[in-house]
Amino acid sequence: MNVSETLISILFTGTAYAMVLYIISVGLSITMGLLGIANLAHGAFAMAGGYLLITLLNRLTLPFGLALVLSAVIVAGFSVVLERLLYARVYKAGEFDQVLLSVGLIFVASAIAQYVYGPIPKTVAVPLSLTGNIDLGLRTFPVYRIFLVATGVAIFVMLLIVIERTNIGMRIRATVDNRAMAEAIGINTKTLFSVVFAVGSALAAIGGGLGGDMIAITPGYPLENLAYFLIVVSIGGLGTVSGPFLAALLLGIGDSACKILVPQFGAFFIYLSLFGFLLLRPGGLLNRVQEQ
Amino acid sequence: MDSRKGQAASFIVDSHSFKVWELTPWLALAATWFMLPTYLPFASQIIVMILFALSYDIVVGYAGIVILGHTAFFGVGAYTAGLLAVGGWREPITGLICAGFAAAAVGLVAGAVILRTRGLTLLMLGLALTLLFGELANRFAGVTGGHDGLQGVEISPIFGRFEFDMFGRTAFLYSAAILFLAWICVRTLVNSPFGRSLVGIRLNPVRMQAIGVPVWQRKLIAFTISAALAGVAGGLSAQVTQFVSLSVFGLDMAGAVLIVLVVGGRGRLYGAFVGATAYMVVQDVLAKDDPVFWLFWVGLILIAVVLFAPGGLLGLIEKVAGLRRPKAAELIEGQGQSPSGIEYRSQQ
Repeated sequence: MNVSETLISILFTGTAYAMVLYIISVGLSITMGLLGIANLAHGAFAMAGGYLLITLLNRLTLPFGLALVLSAVIVAGFSVVLERLLYARVYKAGEFDQVLLSVGLIFVASAIAQYVYGPIPKTVAVPLSLTGNIDLGLRTFPVYRIFLVATGVAIFVMLLIVIERTNIGMRIRATVDNRAMAEAIGINTKTLFSVVFAVGSALAAIGGGLGGDMIAITPGYPLENLAYFLIVVSIGGLGTVSGPFLAALLLGIGDSACKILVPQFGAFFIYLSLFGFLLLRPGGLLNRVQEQ
Repeated sequence: MDSRKGQAASFIVDSHSFKVWELTPWLALAATWFMLPTYLPFASQIIVMILFALSYDIVVGYAGIVILGHTAFFGVGAYTAGLLAVGGWREPITGLICAGFAAAAVGLVAGAVILRTRGLTLLMLGLALTLLFGELANRFAGVTGGHDGLQGVEISPIFGRFEFDMFGRTAFLYSAAILFLAWICVRTLVNSPFGRSLVGIRLNPVRMQAIGVPVWQRKLIAFTISAALAGVAGGLSAQVTQFVSLSVFGLDMAGAVLIVLVVGGRGRLYGAFVGATAYMVVQDVLAKDDPVFWLFWVGLILIAVVLFAPGGLLGLIEKVAGLRRPKAAELIEGQGQSPSGIEYRSQQ
């Protein structure tokens, strides 16, 4: 493999991986920025999305698109119940309580997943129309990865429009910037929290389902991938949709570069550069949440 | 104001004096020695867990530094003690001291970096720290044994006389002695003015800074001490089990110490004792048959503790027994509930 081919391969695989990381983590960035809650169990929603998609595809043999949307809707609905019943109780509690609650949720989710689906990693059956390779001049690329990149970019643009251009986006930005003032001018933050939490979880579920071919769906999923989701959010900054996009690209491409160029070191250089980066910019690339 | 000062002073002096019920853990250890001789190796593992949870309590329970990667220091201690023994330095006590110093050095450097951040970033960096060490230990498998673990950790007799026997008697007494020393140190530390200032920092760092406490510096000192103790716990684990595996840097271990502390009761000193014993015993009974079932219950217990019993088992016992804390404690701890410190004016 010559240099330019290696480079293309790193960039392409990295970008596809980045999009999966982005779709899963962007919800976390928004909910953390908005609700100020350390929800480490976000990955559990992604795992749930992955397993649900597998079940819907294999058992009910639904078409891929419908199954994906349905799994996202189910996860979103369930997440609102959790938000109202559990998370809402620790909004005002310390950060440690939030960490504990979400670690507890991770354990419960992992145990349920292992009970229902067993310990062996499951793969999502990609629809026939998205399998195979396509020749783009330079070389051939797997169609599914191109589909991932396109979906990631589409979701990014959509979120950008919603946050920057719509009424609800305005409410979200206002609440992130100053919750007390937002409440004072009549924004119902309680409903807003639930809506945003549901959307964030739905995105996680979509990311988990779509990314099933790059991040294997196993009961250990929420814990094993926790570090990477958190890296995207902490490097990207809280409360934005563009920050995590850049961060996911950095992490995805960096990760695939490490895996291809220095596989024996694993993620060592990723963690090391993370330290360097956060030392220089503790708030991340684009941080919307003001230090108080 | 003077009477308040007096109350606070007498509270601190009072908290140093020993109460009768503080004998409980030591009586329990003596009872284990005489009544459950076959369980001594298991008891030594519980002691290691107590030590580790104690170190975690200093950081999380007292200073309020929310970090998930404390296993980094436990692991550094374990590999230091283990590698020393494998390399030929088999004297246990100096080995343990080296483990403590190595972990403290890592804690000092890492703390100087990561304690500048807070919230999510702090959480993230702590996690990255332990994963970083895990990758390193895995990478240098020639030295550490990699996934097979570090084997052949042989320890020479303590003081050149007491040999480690196959029934774990010496190991148990050795662990118990280390725990006793650590307990004296930690107890003195958390009840000292320095320890009280850590509690103050947890409750309201802004106000502590405002009254002239060097918050960052105190946090770093507490972090380094805690790292040293975690290193001792790790070193002890390596010496007692004669084995170090990569899992010392794993997230499972990080989760375990979190659960131990929270179930026992954080910021309470004895939470580590109660939590570690409860966790290890229940795990020994339940997890053997069905690890999935065990994981499920651990998760539920964590959620329940957060929602209904933030003080853990000890908090529940305090409630049931009606043992209210002394008034001076409320005086000191009850004030800083507001995170912003805005309600200053109303108290004057």
